[in-house]
Amino acid sequence: MLETVIFPLIKIVIVLGSVLATVMYIVLLERKVQAWVQVRLGPMRVGYHGIMQPLADVLKLFSKEDITPTKVDVGVFTLAPIMALVPALIAFAVIPFGSNEMKLFGLTIPGRIADVNVGMLYIVSVAGLGIYGIILGGWASNSKYPLIASLRASAQLISYEIAVTMTLVTVIMLSGTLSMVGIIEAQKTQGWWFAFMQPVAFFIYFVGGLAETNRAPFDLPEAEQELVAGFHTEYSGMRFAFFFLAEYANMIVVSAVATTLFFGGWLQPFPNVSWLWFLGLIPGWIWFCLKTFVFLYLFLWVRATFPRYRYDQLMRLGWKWLIPLAILNVVVTGFLKVLLK
Amino acid sequence: MAEAVTFYIFAALILGFAVMVITAKSTVHSVLYLVADFLCVAGLYVFLQAQFLAVIQVMVYAGGIVVLYLFVVMLVNLKKPPELYSDPRRLGKLGLAMALGVTAELGAIATYGWIKPAVTGAGLSPKNVEQLGRALYSDYVVPFEVASVLLLVAMVGAIVLAKREL
Repeated sequence: MLETVIFPLIKIVIVLGSVLATVMYIVLLERKVQAWVQVRLGPMRVGYHGIMQPLADVLKLFSKEDITPTKVDVGVFTLAPIMALVPALIAFAVIPFGSNEMKLFGLTIPGRIADVNVGMLYIVSVAGLGIYGIILGGWASNSKYPLIASLRASAQLISYEIAVTMTLVTVIMLSGTLSMVGIIEAQKTQGWWFAFMQPVAFFIYFVGGLAETNRAPFDLPEAEQELVAGFHTEYSGMRFAFFFLAEYANMIVVSAVATTLFFGGWLQPFPNVSWLWFLGLIPGWIWFCLKTFVFLYLFLWVRATFPRYRYDQLMRLGWKWLIPLAILNVVVTGFLKVLLK
Repeated sequence: MAEAVTFYIFAALILGFAVMVITAKSTVHSVLYLVADFLCVAGLYVFLQAQFLAVIQVMVYAGGIVVLYLFVVMLVNLKKPPELYSDPRRLGKLGLAMALGVTAELGAIATYGWIKPAVTGAGLSPKNVEQLGRALYSDYVVPFEVASVLLLVAMVGAIVLAKREL
């Protein structure tokens, strides 16, 4: 009872709570980073250097009027934000946050919610479901700009999903398992993080991750100069907040998966080098959070640095560069794996 | 006992959503019920210890094919169906034939299950992905390759249809 029901429930509460808290502060950090890049100060008013700004934002979103426009399809209009947020949150079920044996009050607890033998495929399939929120939100709004935006978004997501999935294939070839915990353990036994063995795959994964979370420079679905606010133009209040949460939660999922697959998850840097033993004093989950945070920062940095792609450029990059490159990478990895055996 | 309850809940959901798919007024709603249906089928697979099948079911059907359905349905204006399609008697004979066919099929399956009960307790090992991969690439390699060639042909066909001038 304790091990099968209570512990997982506590872990789910902790994970969801920290994800939502991270989302709040990533929004603040994004505004701060953007401001620093543009030599501004960013939010300064609420609390010390704007540290309480997220709370004010949440209060605002809760208290705003939740408008349902007249000609929308009410059921689908309400369902869409839920369909966007739920896949982003349930993806955390298979992400290993800490090592297999975390010690807490004398108990040994595995630092993950679940370790299923198809963990990676689970992430891919759940990410594929996230697309419904965007398509349905655009369609149910019964308005031109959201519909255009949602068509754009879904075409973008489908295109980049192929390249991303291909990079995951190379990781599977190296690790020989689909379980997320197994992939981390494979990186430990092989002594190298997969990012060093598969730099091309990691690059494609990261670019694809930017595109799949609709982040700059691929934020065409919300290109405000052309499409007002994209697929969530007609949304307000809490339902808008759900889309917002989903986008940032997806960023965290992409960062956490990148950490797990390419940067050794909870492992310390160079896990097999004996004179670096002191790095092992820091618990695994802190390493995991640090690495994930680096990727989240990269997201913000990229947004402040690159201009938005044009739609045809986006499609050309995806189909003519990333997908062939990813397939080539799979073939080369296969050959090398056989040759070096 | 718990297994039977879970099974019947899933089965009822699957059949219920399937009925909703064909009775929903709006085509987009039917596609959504189809997604719900596929997700319940995936749930049934999980419950049968076939996680790989469940995940593939979600990835290929719910996450891939139905998205394309949704595209088509959203882009084709189906708000006012032509008179032809709204006459319920029009396809009556065909519908009756198909219903009879399905009933016969279900009857055959039921009798077969009666005569030769399914093997129980064989159970899949937790490593069923490996087993499946090995089976596909050793014992069933020819059917597997035939299926992939078929998909390739379908892809080429789609490109030829879409682009008349290459």
